[in-house]
Amino acid sequence: MNWITNYVRPKINSLFSRREMPENLWTKCDECGTMLFHRELSDNLNVCPSCGHHMGISPRDRFTALFDGGVFSEVKVPAPIADPLQFRDQKRYPERMKAAQRDTGETEAMLVGEGEIGRTPIVAAAQDFSFMGGSMGMYVGNAIIAAAERAVERKCPLILFSAAGGARMQEGILSLMQMPRTTVAIQMLREARLPYIVVLTHPTTGGVTASYAMLGDVQIAEPNALICFAGPRVIEQTIREKLPEGFQRAEYLLDHGMLDRVTPRTKMRDELIIIVRMLMREPPAIRGDLPAPADEPALAAPEAPPEATPAAPKA
Amino acid sequence: MNNYLEFEKPLAEIEGKAEELRAMARANPEMDVEGEAAALDQKADQMLADLYKSLTPWRKCQVARHPDRPHCKDYIEALFQEYTPLAGDRNFADDHAVMGGLARLNDRPVVVIGHEKGADTKSRIERNFGMARPEGYRKAIRLMDLADRFRLPVITLVDTPGAYPGKGAEERGQSEAIARSTEKCLQIGVPLISVVIGEGGSGGAVAFATANEVAMLEHSIYSVISPEGCASILWKDAEKMREAAEALRLTAQDLKKLGVVDRIIPEPVGGAQRHRTAVISAVGKALEEMLAAYDGKKRSEIVAARRSKFLEMGRKGLAA
Repeated sequence: MNWITNYVRPKINSLFSRREMPENLWTKCDECGTMLFHRELSDNLNVCPSCGHHMGISPRDRFTALFDGGVFSEVKVPAPIADPLQFRDQKRYPERMKAAQRDTGETEAMLVGEGEIGRTPIVAAAQDFSFMGGSMGMYVGNAIIAAAERAVERKCPLILFSAAGGARMQEGILSLMQMPRTTVAIQMLREARLPYIVVLTHPTTGGVTASYAMLGDVQIAEPNALICFAGPRVIEQTIREKLPEGFQRAEYLLDHGMLDRVTPRTKMRDELIIIVRMLMREPPAIRGDLPAPADEPALAAPEAPPEATPAAPKA
Repeated sequence: MNNYLEFEKPLAEIEGKAEELRAMARANPEMDVEGEAAALDQKADQMLADLYKSLTPWRKCQVARHPDRPHCKDYIEALFQEYTPLAGDRNFADDHAVMGGLARLNDRPVVVIGHEKGADTKSRIERNFGMARPEGYRKAIRLMDLADRFRLPVITLVDTPGAYPGKGAEERGQSEAIARSTEKCLQIGVPLISVVIGEGGSGGAVAFATANEVAMLEHSIYSVISPEGCASILWKDAEKMREAAEALRLTAQDLKKLGVVDRIIPEPVGGAQRHRTAVISAVGKALEEMLAAYDGKKRSEIVAARRSKFLEMGRKGLAA
């Protein structure tokens, strides 16, 4: 969360300049300005409890919140050859990579995990916007292929959380070639009749939107996420007019028929469990945090009492 | 030739002088300038050969975008018979940036699809400079489906700066249209042969060029982003497009090394814009050869070959 570390933390530090003060205890919501205690914020999955603004969340934190008991195992992603084009802009590509690895503690811009949600086995892949803008290069392509292959092997759904500025320019044409490559991965799931659910998070743009992120069986977005092919600035320069409020945001896309749903992060896990279990023709899940009905057996029968099943999503 | 590129200016001067001399001679029949003019011609030829012997990536971009290069329409008119355009996406509109329909390539019925940039101001505007909107990709999807159902090979001619970045295009699902078009390219059980004839711009190009065989003209380019766009993002200075063009490896020669394209179709010295007929027929010959290689192949083989080609892509870098 670069903006938090870069903008918010220095401000807070200047307010409380005592050195022994642990860092990052408070975060200011960029939307409503409320000061949020770090634990309160992370308990709410980096969603501002006062205004509902969705801040970035690392793939690891997301998986911890997503999987039953926070337990998942990583699916190994084959490493591509490093710096295939020997790309150099103002910095060399390997230097940019090293800096991103140091800042995030991750090896690349996508994490693939497997585990259970609501006792339903799934494979999940999440893109890391804080790692070079989540950009799609060979590694992200490999990650999606590995995720799809693992899902096919385990005959379980794939849930993908997208977040990216687009293709990784430092891999040139090879980043562009991830559009067809990842599409092949999605076709593997289609042929195996396994659900592929895309959760679009802020921001999802460029070649990522124009490939695997738009090919889901069900397309869900987090509120107010920017989702587009060409970014708003490029469009404003092209058409030379101001764009309407909320243009290319999740709700706008929902209105234009480009998404199935817009769902807050805090409700996402329950909704994913419901959708995935129906698509896999599994009986409804009994939510662990619901008290067992007093007079009924607590076992999850397919015809479980209505109060034991989570509310059906309203269309 | 009246459209000289910036780096061709010295050449323009010499050719201009030769032309002046000849014009003078036409006015005064007793003047003998032929010797001098021929010397200038020779000098110009030599200079042209030198210029085109080793074009820098940025110069290649300029050549690839040259307005006098043959465009999709020129190829279709010259190479195909009975071209029958089929219009519309059945949803919203017909996108004039994308041409497509049924045609015969030497008796063989095919579906041909391509970006058309237009040849003069009026047609360029009508064609939106070859920048397709979602309707263009959806028309292509429809045509690819048609080809698949009737077992006709698909030929795509790629020449686009990229997908159109406009408000309506976004509202109508530009990204989804591109994603579905790429997906359709990967699904069809007929050979898909693609030639990058000018500019292969990003997702707009991939949507047509996810093909069994991808050929590029010698001075065409294919890139994830325009050098100008890349320069303004990574160098924070759009004027650094020369450096960006270099770094992006967008030339046909580099892409062949990377295994992204299968063949390069040579252009005579001076580029396709100076040798339109020769280049068009070279493309025709290459198309014939590439198509012939798929005769008798099973549908499943064609799909599997295309998929594994893209899955394997990028496993070797430039260094390999």
